[in-house]
Amino acid sequence: MKNKVNIDIPEELAGVGKLEPFEGSFTKLKKGWMEEKTVPPPNKAKMPHSNKMCESLREAIIKSNPKDGMTVSFHHHLRGGDNLICESIKILAELGIKDITLAASSLTTAHDPILPYFKDGTITQIYASGIRGELGRAIAEGVLPKPFVIHSHGGRVRSVHTGKIKIDLAILAASASDIEGNATGAHGKSAFGSMGYAAIDSWYAKQVIVVTDNIVDYPCVPQSITQNYIDYVVKVDSIGDPSKIAGGTTRITKAPMDLQIARLAAEVIERSGELKEGFSFQVGAGGASLAVAKYIRKIMKKRAIKGSFLLGGVTSYGVDMLNEGLFSSIFDVQSFDAAVSSSLMENPYHIEIPAGLYANPFNCGCMTNKLDIVVLGALEIDTNFNVNVITGSEGYVRGASGGHSDTASGATLTVVVCPSFRGRIPIVKKKVHTIVTPGESIDVLVTERGICVNPQRPELKANLEAAGIKVKDIEALANEVEGITGLAKPIETTDRIVGIVEYRDGTVIDVIRQVKE
Amino acid sequence: MQVKQTTFKRRTMLYIPGNNPAMLQQGSVYGADGVLLDLEDAVALNQKDAARILVSHMLQYISYEGCEVTVRVNHIDTPFGLEDLKQIVPLQPDAIRLPKVETLEEIERIITVIERIEDEHQLPHDQMKVHVMIETALGVQNVYDIAKFSPRIDAISIGGQDLAADMQLVKANDGIGIDYARKQIVMAAKACKIDVFDTVFVDVENEDGLREEAEYIKKLGFTGKAIINPRQIEIVNEVFTPTELEIRKAAKIVKAFERNKAEGIGVFAVDGKMVDAPVVQRALRVLEMADIDVESL
Amino acid sequence: MELKQKAQAGSFESSDILVMVEPVEKGAGRLIELKSIVMQQFGEDLLKQIHANLDKFAIADVRLIINDKGALPPTVSARLETALKRAAQLQTGTLN
Repeated sequence: MKNKVNIDIPEELAGVGKLEPFEGSFTKLKKGWMEEKTVPPPNKAKMPHSNKMCESLREAIIKSNPKDGMTVSFHHHLRGGDNLICESIKILAELGIKDITLAASSLTTAHDPILPYFKDGTITQIYASGIRGELGRAIAEGVLPKPFVIHSHGGRVRSVHTGKIKIDLAILAASASDIEGNATGAHGKSAFGSMGYAAIDSWYAKQVIVVTDNIVDYPCVPQSITQNYIDYVVKVDSIGDPSKIAGGTTRITKAPMDLQIARLAAEVIERSGELKEGFSFQVGAGGASLAVAKYIRKIMKKRAIKGSFLLGGVTSYGVDMLNEGLFSSIFDVQSFDAAVSSSLMENPYHIEIPAGLYANPFNCGCMTNKLDIVVLGALEIDTNFNVNVITGSEGYVRGASGGHSDTASGATLTVVVCPSFRGRIPIVKKKVHTIVTPGESIDVLVTERGICVNPQRPELKANLEAAGIKVKDIEALANEVEGITGLAKPIETTDRIVGIVEYRDGTVIDVIRQVKE
Repeated sequence: MQVKQTTFKRRTMLYIPGNNPAMLQQGSVYGADGVLLDLEDAVALNQKDAARILVSHMLQYISYEGCEVTVRVNHIDTPFGLEDLKQIVPLQPDAIRLPKVETLEEIERIITVIERIEDEHQLPHDQMKVHVMIETALGVQNVYDIAKFSPRIDAISIGGQDLAADMQLVKANDGIGIDYARKQIVMAAKACKIDVFDTVFVDVENEDGLREEAEYIKKLGFTGKAIINPRQIEIVNEVFTPTELEIRKAAKIVKAFERNKAEGIGVFAVDGKMVDAPVVQRALRVLEMADIDVESL
Repeated sequence: MELKQKAQAGSFESSDILVMVEPVEKGAGRLIELKSIVMQQFGEDLLKQIHANLDKFAIADVRLIINDKGALPPTVSARLETALKRAAQLQTGTLN
């Protein structure tokens, strides 16, 4: 069956079950409720003064009674410095556990070492927002027997609520915890800031282990994760490589191309009519999108505009803008650098939020719904403004859905920034390899070779043109790019579907087919 | 000879090393008014052939949309200069930039060669502009004669690094040593009614220094400035773009002028200050720089 | 064009292409070793372009070792032309 973005979606897929085709961003939401049943969180009991502390991660995992076919979950707040996923999977493999579903909120190149466990049947399926490196290559080549599922940050929360992701064991790293499992990422030698993605795991997993390299006196403050959900606590020497967990402060790129695109994007935002007193704002942490903040900051100062809140993944640059009084608060689901942790600790207007409040479409309103302006990146964008942020030019998985579709659907003005081609690889093109965010959510594309407005936003186009900004037809831009790079041969795939991309509402927006080697 | 008027603004001209494909293919996207594809100082002596061939192919393939395209060739008395002209002139970029011109005899000789090549390719003599760089003390002394030699020369520029070396200046970064040359070159350009470009600012990290220098040379009368890094473009463009206040004032003057002209009044006052023809001319220039159509006022 | 010596042009920089030319015996044909970071997308186009350039310079016998870092077509042609001219000792206006 063809979905709304013209992708053939099978009715059923072995290993995933029945598939519901994507029917438009708000088709399911506008009913006002979710048709799928929610599953209840587990009921547990503990005697007073009993002991949750375990000698080792291995002991805690054994106590959690692991079984073949289990789902084990992790958060990705340690980013490239994470050591816990690899360590845990190794222990489970040593215990002989097979057929594991790995449900990490995201996977990075730090997780390359678990590739052997994809091949020996230890891990057979993945749910994640992003997958990269060796893993992303292997799964695109079809190493896993069951299709992997890519979800958005908001979509993951929905999947846990509905039991699509049924977590048997959550293993959650914290940079500080007490012996009862009140835990946080806001302080300690491995501080990583917000634990926004981990909250849902702690609430819904049948068993929860908190792993820390820093046991603090009871009670741990702040309580990002609270003890009433925690079964076991483990003290380890190290949860990962602190230098890769949070590297100082995030610097604005000096790459001329990214800066140029960012400068143009800021001009578009300024002239769009949305940059007004009290606006809310989110930017990605990537080169060009973060650089947009630099120019927006300048414009806000010049025009004496004060914003309301910054949302999402937070960098020290956002913290600076908060401290300068340019925004009145930050709602932080994920922190990108060390400087953010101290702000989270000390500034009452810098608030940690769980992923559901951030982006889950099925509640009484997530915060992405209140966004005025979001700036997002793209690996590819097609002439219908559909965006790929998951598969690279060779068809391998090398990115993350993240909050892309969540924020794009919520924000009043969604700006995509990317170069029109990289090296010889076209970015703006007639057809993208994988659709993650539907074009209907994207309002304007800013590249170094032209600014394109989605035809569904004629008033935006008029505003920009009235301000003297040249707007280009996206077809014309794609043709121009093809004229420069030449026509790239499409990626060759087999018919086998190795993964699916879920839209935030749980419908399937695209499938990923096995790349021919 | 009637030479085609240039339609480009000339606040910023971005130098791009002629042997660097990544930069050549992106040159026009950074917001500079012009690109200077460089076969001279930015290219190693054993890569002159490679750069010349690469720039030739790029000129025919990449549309430097919205940018004035200038190629800086090597001096004709080097082993590279004549070959550069033979390859580049037939491709007729918007302009060709001649380094280290010192005497009238030299410019005469080079333009003769250019026009001979154009004749061989049945190309007109009135399309491609010639930009002359003054980079020696002798050149500074002869600048007016050089600049007025041909109507094809529609801009001259100062090469500060080479000039400082030629003047044996030890410390050159404060610009004091080349200050006289700057003013002399501006005056020659104004006498010939052509554009005049300032030299590069080499300390890319020093944004305040760049802004200060750009403001200074704008006051001296320069049309714009050569740039060595895309990050410098925004600052110089900003300095050379009229502020909102300047634009408002200029619009007021021009409107008052139009009104008074209709009534046959030549000299009048705006905000208590006398306005005559030169003031009106300056106001028109401000509006032009700000891309404001006088008809629309 | 007659190739007289080994020569090369270009670099390993991104968006560039390194071309190495080696004269071979008459009748050996065009021995082309092509590596490219965009092999999947543009491998066939690159080969086509290389042959078109060899045709243009009337070269039937040559060994080419090419490493492409995503060069655009004008760069590919320019580097081939430079390397071939250098191999044929026809390069002008440069120092060795």
